[in-house]
Amino acid sequence: MIAQSFQYESPGTIQEAISLLQKYGDDAKILSGGHSLLPMMKLRLASPEYLIDINNIPGLSHINEDNGVVKIGGLTRESEVEHSDLLKKYFPIFGDVTKLIADPQVRNRGTVGGNLAHGDAANDHPAVMMAVNATVMATGPDGEREIPIDEFFFGFYQTALQPTDILTEIRIPIPPKGTGSAYHKLERKVGDYATAGVAVQLTLDANGNCSNIGIGLTNVNPIPLRAARSEEVLKGKPLTEENIALAAQYASEDCSPSADLRGSVEYKRAMVGVLVKRMIHKAVERAKA
Amino acid sequence: MIQCKTSKAIGGMGHSLKRKEDDRFIQGKGNYVDDIKLPGMLYMDIVRSPYAYAKILKIDSEAAMKVPGVVAVITGKDLAQYNLHWMPTLMSDTQMVLPTDTVMYQAQEVCAVIATSRYAARDGREAVRVEYEKMKPVIDPYKALDPGAPVLRTDKEGKKDNHIWNWKVGDKEKTDKVFETADVVVKQQMHIPRIHVASIETCGCVADYDKVKHHLTMYMTTQAPHAIRTVIALVAGHVGLSEERIRVVSPDIGGGFGGKVPVYPGYVIAIAVSFLVGKPVKWIEDRTENLQADSFARDYHITAEMAGTKDGKILATRFKVLADHGYTDASANPSKFNTGLFSIATGSYDYGTSFMEADAVYTNKPPGGVAYRCSFRVTEAVHAIERITDRFALAVGKDPAELRMQNFIKKEDFPWKSPTGWTYDSGDYHAGLQKAMDAIDYAGLRKEQAEKRKKGELMGIGISTFTEIVGAGPSKDFDILGIKMFDSAEIRVHPTGKAIARFGTKSQGQGHETTYAQIIAEELGIPAENIQIEEGDTDTAPYGLGTYASRSTPTAGAAAAVAARKLRDKARKIAAYLLEVSEDDLEWEPGKFSVKGAPEKSKTIQEIVFASYTNHPQGMEAGFEAVHYYDPPNLTFPSGAYICVVDVDKETGAINVRRFVAIDDCGHIINPMIVQGQVHGGLTQGIAPAMYEELIYDEDGNILNGTLMDYLVPTAVESPKWETGHTVTPSPHHPIGAKGVGESPTVGAPPAIANAIVDALSPYGITHLDIPITPFKVWKALQEKGVK
Repeated sequence: MIAQSFQYESPGTIQEAISLLQKYGDDAKILSGGHSLLPMMKLRLASPEYLIDINNIPGLSHINEDNGVVKIGGLTRESEVEHSDLLKKYFPIFGDVTKLIADPQVRNRGTVGGNLAHGDAANDHPAVMMAVNATVMATGPDGEREIPIDEFFFGFYQTALQPTDILTEIRIPIPPKGTGSAYHKLERKVGDYATAGVAVQLTLDANGNCSNIGIGLTNVNPIPLRAARSEEVLKGKPLTEENIALAAQYASEDCSPSADLRGSVEYKRAMVGVLVKRMIHKAVERAKA
Repeated sequence: MIQCKTSKAIGGMGHSLKRKEDDRFIQGKGNYVDDIKLPGMLYMDIVRSPYAYAKILKIDSEAAMKVPGVVAVITGKDLAQYNLHWMPTLMSDTQMVLPTDTVMYQAQEVCAVIATSRYAARDGREAVRVEYEKMKPVIDPYKALDPGAPVLRTDKEGKKDNHIWNWKVGDKEKTDKVFETADVVVKQQMHIPRIHVASIETCGCVADYDKVKHHLTMYMTTQAPHAIRTVIALVAGHVGLSEERIRVVSPDIGGGFGGKVPVYPGYVIAIAVSFLVGKPVKWIEDRTENLQADSFARDYHITAEMAGTKDGKILATRFKVLADHGYTDASANPSKFNTGLFSIATGSYDYGTSFMEADAVYTNKPPGGVAYRCSFRVTEAVHAIERITDRFALAVGKDPAELRMQNFIKKEDFPWKSPTGWTYDSGDYHAGLQKAMDAIDYAGLRKEQAEKRKKGELMGIGISTFTEIVGAGPSKDFDILGIKMFDSAEIRVHPTGKAIARFGTKSQGQGHETTYAQIIAEELGIPAENIQIEEGDTDTAPYGLGTYASRSTPTAGAAAAVAARKLRDKARKIAAYLLEVSEDDLEWEPGKFSVKGAPEKSKTIQEIVFASYTNHPQGMEAGFEAVHYYDPPNLTFPSGAYICVVDVDKETGAINVRRFVAIDDCGHIINPMIVQGQVHGGLTQGIAPAMYEELIYDEDGNILNGTLMDYLVPTAVESPKWETGHTVTPSPHHPIGAKGVGESPTVGAPPAIANAIVDALSPYGITHLDIPITPFKVWKALQEKGVK
C-alpha cells in the first residue's frame, strides 16, 4: 500500500482516543479492522493525516449475554461472530452473513463495528442489524449514548456517529422462542459486494402467524434500507404464499438500486423479491426447528 | 497407471516428485524482482492518462519537484532527445515509450517520476499536473473500420484508416461451394472477451546501469530473458547498449501466463533513467496499473459457420474474425503468424475444407494481445469450433457426444493433414471422449436431465473435445523478430556425479526445476535430486526463446533429453574403456552400463563421470558436459475431452458447476503431480473467462473494472472440484514423446462450460450466450424468452 503519509496514534483508553479525535477533528480517522479504510487509502480516495488505532483499547471486543440482550463489542472480529456459540443459539443469521463477508483472512481482521460505522449500504451488517432490531452504542466526549439502528444510517457513507464518537457496542434483544432468522446475498464471486442481499428475522406465534418481523436490504438503496411495507404486510398475519409474495413485491418496489456491472435495476429489484421469499421460508424453517 | 523406467531414487519420468522449488516458496524465501534492493537505488512511478484519447497540452512538474525525495520527472520529450521515445512491438508495429503529444488509451504512460523512495515517487506522481485536450475516441472495433472513423495512427505516414492487417487461410472457393449445397448450415456470431492474465506478481524491473563499466544489468519480470536482451540491444544499441554489455536476469516470477512476454514502456523508461543518472532504478507496477495498462488477451469477434449433412457429418467450416488490438499490435505471436495459430480452429474433426479470414483494427484501448496461457490464439479457435459444433448438433438433432464421435479424426489416420495446413502428430480422440463419458456417467446424466426438464428445472451438460497446438516451433516457420524458435539446454556433470543444467526457458511457476531434472534423470540415471536447474540469467544460461505457449517441454525439454543422450554416448565410450570391452558389448539401464552376459561387470554413471575427469581415454575430451539447441521438426498436438455439468437457478440466473471431468492427453507425462497441478490451475483460468472475467470499457474508453474488486478473478470458492484423468498418446517426433500441457485446460474449459449453460437453457430456445456467462446474463436471456 503506497498511501500518503500519515501520523499513527495508538491510544490505550477510550478517553484517550476521544481526546485525540477532538484534537485532530476531521483530519483523523479511526482504524479498527481497516478493511474499508485501508483500500481507500491505497487508492488515495482517503488521505487522513492521523490514524487513531483503537485496537489496543481493552473492553471493545466481546460477545456476551446480559439481561435479555446480546452485546457485541465494536471491535469484535467477523470471525469471532462467525464462530460464536451464543450467536448461533439465538441468531443463526450471523452465521449466514459472516460467511458471506469477504474471505477468512479479511474476517480475521474486519470488525462488526467498522462494518456499521463505515455507513456503506453495500456492507452486509446494516441490513442484518435492521432485521434483528439492534441498538448501536456510541461513546463520545459526553459519555455513552444509544442509537436505534433505524436512526443510525443517514446518507451516503453517513451515520449518526459524530466525528468524536467511537462505536463501542451493538446490543441486540434476544427474541422469544419461535423466532428464526436468515440472510443471503447474491454475489458475483466471493468477497464481492451484494448484487442484492436480504436479511429476515421473524417470530411465529402459537397459531403459526407472524407476530414480529424485521427485513433489511443490502446494496439496493443509497442508504441501508428496512423493507417497512413488507414487514407491515406480514406482521400479525399468517405467512401464506400470497402474503409472502406481496411482501416480496413491496420490497422490490420500495428499494432503489442502481445499475452497475452486477446487473440492471430490473434485475436487482427482481432479485430482492426472490430473496425476500427465500429468506422468509428459511427463517420460518428455523423458527419451527 | 504410468509406467516408470527409473527407480524412485533416480526419480525419472513418471514419478510424482515433490517440487524442488517449493521449499523456498512456502518458506517465503523466493527472490522476486521487488525483493531486489541495490545501494543508491531510485524508485520510479508513472503518471498515467485519465483519458482514452487526448492531446497533451502541458505537463507541469513544478509541484512534483518540490515533493521531498523527488529527483526528476521524465517526459516523452526528454526521451526524444535520445530517440528512446518509441519502441518496436514483437509484431513489428510501433509503440510509444512516453508520448510527446498524444495519449492513445486510458492508463497510458504520460511521464515518470523518479524519487529516493517508493512513497516519494507516488507522492510526486500525485503532484504532477497534466493539461489535456480530450478527443472523441474510437472504442468499437467495427466502427473503427467505418469510412468516416477518425484515423488513430497518424504517426504512421500515409495511414488512412484503422485497419492493421488482413489474414486468410484455406480454400475459399471449395469451402463456399460446400456451404452452398450442404443440407444444414449453422452460423454464430461470438465474442471472446478481452481479458487479463492478472498474475499475482505484477510487472516490474530494476535497471542498473554502471557508467564506469558501460554495462546494464536488468532484473525484470520476463518470461523470455534472452529475447529481451536482444530487443534491448536493438532498441538502445544506438546509445551504447550493445548486447555484450547487457545482462538480463529474470529471478523468481510470480505467474506470467503470457503477460510477461512483451516489453512494456516502464521497462524502457527505467533503463533510460538508469542510463542517464547512473543509478539503479526500480519500477514495480501496482495492481491497478497492471490490470489497466498491461497487455490484454483475446478480444476476438468471431463469426463461425459450419456446414454438414442432416445426419450429422461435418463437411466444412468458415470463420471470420475481427481482432481488436487496441492502440498498437503488441501481440506476442511468432512473426509470420499475425493471428497466432488460430488456424487450428478446424478442430478435432475429419472434414475436407475450411476457410478462415481475419482483420485487425486499431482502437483507443490498451495494446495487446498476449497469448494468455494459450498457444497464440488457440483459445479463441477452440471456443469457435466447439461452440459451432454444438450448434450444429442442435440443428441436426443429435446428441453432441454422438456427433463428435461420428466426426472425430480416427486414431489410425494420424499423422493427419488439416485443411489449413497443419500436420497433427498423434491423437486418440474417441478414447479420450469415451473415458470422460464413462467417468461422468454421461448416459445417466442425460436421463437425469430429461427428468429435471419435465419439472422445469435447468440442468445442462457441455462437452469440449479440443485439439491444441503447442511447442513453437520449427525454425522453417517460427521466429520472433527473426530469431528462430528453438530452445536450449546445457548440462554439466561435476566430478562427483552431481549436475547443473541451464536452459533458455524461464519458469514462472511451472516447476521446471523439478521436471527438467526428471528428464535428465530419466536419460542419465543421475538422481533428479542431484541435478540443479538454473534459468533466467542471460550471462550463464544458453540462448533460448523463453517460456510461454506450452513450449518449454516440447522444445527445452527435448533439448535436455538430446543433450543427455549425447552424454550417454560419451559415457558408453568411457565405460567400454574402463571395462575393457567394446561399446557394443555394453547394456544400458538407467544409471549403469554393464557387460552383456556379465552383469556383475558394470560401471555406474557416477563412476563414469568421475573417470571423465580423472581417467578418461586418451584422445577423448575431458569433462562431462553437453549442450543442445533443439529445433522441433513439428509442433505437438495435445488434446482433451472435457465434460461439464451445470445447474442453473431459474429465478436468479445463478450457475452452479456441479461436476467437471477433464481427460487430457499430453503424451508422455514427466511428473503426474505437476501435470495435475497445471490442469487444476488451467481449468480455473478456463472458468474465469467462461463465467467471470472481462475487461469492460464504456464508450469513452474508460475501463469500468480496473481493480480486482470488479475484475472478477475466481478463487478456490468459485472453483468446482476438478476431476482429472488422462490418456497417453505420445508425440511420435518428440524425443521423450511429451506434448506440453500448461494451456490445454485454459483452452478447453471455456467452451465446455458455455456449452453446458446453453444446453441448460436450450429448452427455451436459447442457442448461444457470449462468455463470460453471468447470472445477470442468464436471467436476461430467460426474461427475453418470457420465462418466469
